[in-house]
Amino acid sequence: MTQAPRLLPETKTGWAALAVGAIALALMPLFASPYHVELGTTALIAALLALSLQLLVGVTGLVSLGHGAFYGLAAYIVYFLSPEGSPQPIWLTLPIAMLVAGLAAALVGLFALRTKGFFFLMVTLAFGQMIFFVFHDTKIGGGTDGAYLAKPIISAFGMTLDLPRRQRPIGTYYVALTQLIITYLALAWLLRTLFGRVLEGIRVNEHRMQALGHNTQRAKLIAFSLAGALAGAAGHMWAMHRGFVNPEIIGWHKSAEALLMILLGGLGALHGPIIGALAYTGLTEVAGLMTERKLLVEGLVILLAVIVLPKGLSGIRLFSLAKPSGNPHDPLGDTDPSQREVKIDND
Amino acid sequence: MTNSPSTALLQTTNLSRRFGGLTAVNNVSLILEPNELHAVIGPNGAGKSTLVNLLSGELLPSSGTITLTGQNVTRVPVHRRVHQGIARSFQRTNVFKEMTVLENVRLAAQAAFAPAGGLFQSSARARDLVDRAHAALKRAGLPWAASHIAGTMSHGAQRQLEIAMTLASEPKVLLLDEPLAGMGQEEADRMAALLKSLATDHALLLIEHDMDFVFKVADHMTVLVEGTVLATGKPADVRNNQAVQHAYLGGHA
Ligand SMILES: Nc1ncnc2c1ncn2[C@@H]1O[C@H](COP(=O)(O)OP(=O)(O)OP(=O)(O)O)[C@@H](O)[C@H]1O
Ligand SMILES: [Mg+2]
Repeated sequence: MTQAPRLLPETKTGWAALAVGAIALALMPLFASPYHVELGTTALIAALLALSLQLLVGVTGLVSLGHGAFYGLAAYIVYFLSPEGSPQPIWLTLPIAMLVAGLAAALVGLFALRTKGFFFLMVTLAFGQMIFFVFHDTKIGGGTDGAYLAKPIISAFGMTLDLPRRQRPIGTYYVALTQLIITYLALAWLLRTLFGRVLEGIRVNEHRMQALGHNTQRAKLIAFSLAGALAGAAGHMWAMHRGFVNPEIIGWHKSAEALLMILLGGLGALHGPIIGALAYTGLTEVAGLMTERKLLVEGLVILLAVIVLPKGLSGIRLFSLAKPSGNPHDPLGDTDPSQREVKIDND
Repeated sequence: MTNSPSTALLQTTNLSRRFGGLTAVNNVSLILEPNELHAVIGPNGAGKSTLVNLLSGELLPSSGTITLTGQNVTRVPVHRRVHQGIARSFQRTNVFKEMTVLENVRLAAQAAFAPAGGLFQSSARARDLVDRAHAALKRAGLPWAASHIAGTMSHGAQRQLEIAMTLASEPKVLLLDEPLAGMGQEEADRMAALLKSLATDHALLLIEHDMDFVFKVADHMTVLVEGTVLATGKPADVRNNQAVQHAYLGGHA
């Protein structure tokens, strides 16, 4: 009788396809070169950011251009906590980075959420750029040059993962993958809760929700802060991956890129942004190999994808049940064309 | 104001709302008593929906006050007014078309009643809310529709769903904006019976165009023309009111 949330797979097959995708991602480092493992980590972090933004865009119907700022801010928090030469454990840096990003989002949301639609877009952009300029125009984070930091140590509950230097990127990859899977499952759970239903109602018709007696302003603020904290987790991961921060990771284009990934992967599915981020990262890589005019190629392909696939990549159905002969060489099933793309890159 | 102490549940005093140069609601003072069906009639553009929006809190008045059981609620935001016992339906059907009927009503119940297990529990497990939703559906005559997708139902059933959604918060005051709008005869009859039953245990402010119906069911009525109250009183008195006959009922009377 109770309806399944719109953004989650409706069938067991759908969930199975997601599980297969996750397993494929987990096996990837066993076959891929170190370079491609690092590329994979970059893609997973992009997926983390896009997924956190989906809580606003696809779930609540809030399109923000300030989301990248919370991501970048969290990366800088890692730099403050764990400067070059004195690495700190992840169980310390991750919660603090998320907390600061979440609080910053709460503060921004308090003002920005008074506006709607286009104005909300502009106000979030303005706040995001303010955070950008704090790090761009002052010396507190190394200014425009950026700064190196000590990558947080993978350690929790008294245990430390001590890998030889060559294997560390693989360790980072698995931390990112674990974080992505946990985030997805947590959001999937959130969508099923009463609170998740309120967000869904707000996306469809906020005015009606108010008339029903819902404090939509408060619900949006909670969602905005939560999304900010999750963006912070992604930013933390970025700092851990690169060991370097610069203002570029805070700018508005980071938000725009995440929005593109959502669009490419599909607004109507919680896993859409993950597929979009993996596809987008793969695409940029391939485009970079083929031509100098990387941005042009990217732009065209995305434009095409959005026009041809209005529901994004996650909206593709390969009729795999009706016609099993559809693509026998595609082990990933119908939901993961992007992972194919990444795999091709990694072969 | 005149004969105190008032038993009024909902009362407006000199309520006005301007949109630029247009005064949509002009100095309206009216009283809604408990368990009373108070009909507001008036031609198109008379300001009836604007009045409902003022009472529900979706619009703020330019001047005047609104009190609920003696308390000033003029500037209380919409969502809190629901908690204080005011619920409304919309002139144009305004339901979540892609959700099930049950989900629509459960969302309404959830807004008014803190669920026993908190907001962060599975919506399927919030039994208390689901029970309330079923009760409201039953009262609105839709017990059969719980698992239907709202947007796939007939117009009449969707209008009933609007009512069920207002009932889920267990309000004292119902503001119903043309609940019979666009209905066929059979649907309208069913809705009319429902409205009469609701008036036995709610204060009901009913906006309605169908004069015959209003004269039949209303305990009290107010005629609104160009935002101004032309007449108010018992249906029989209003029917015989010269000004009303002249300005509004015209051919009807
Ligand atoms: N938000 C608004 N902005 C500007 N003018 C408005 C607004 N809402 C209503 N009006 C105007 O106020 C007047 C009263 O409108 P209202 O909708 O209250 O009338 P009504 O009595 O409900 O009419 P109907 O019988 O057609 O539903 C109309 O002239 C309308 O154009
Ligand atoms: Mg109206």
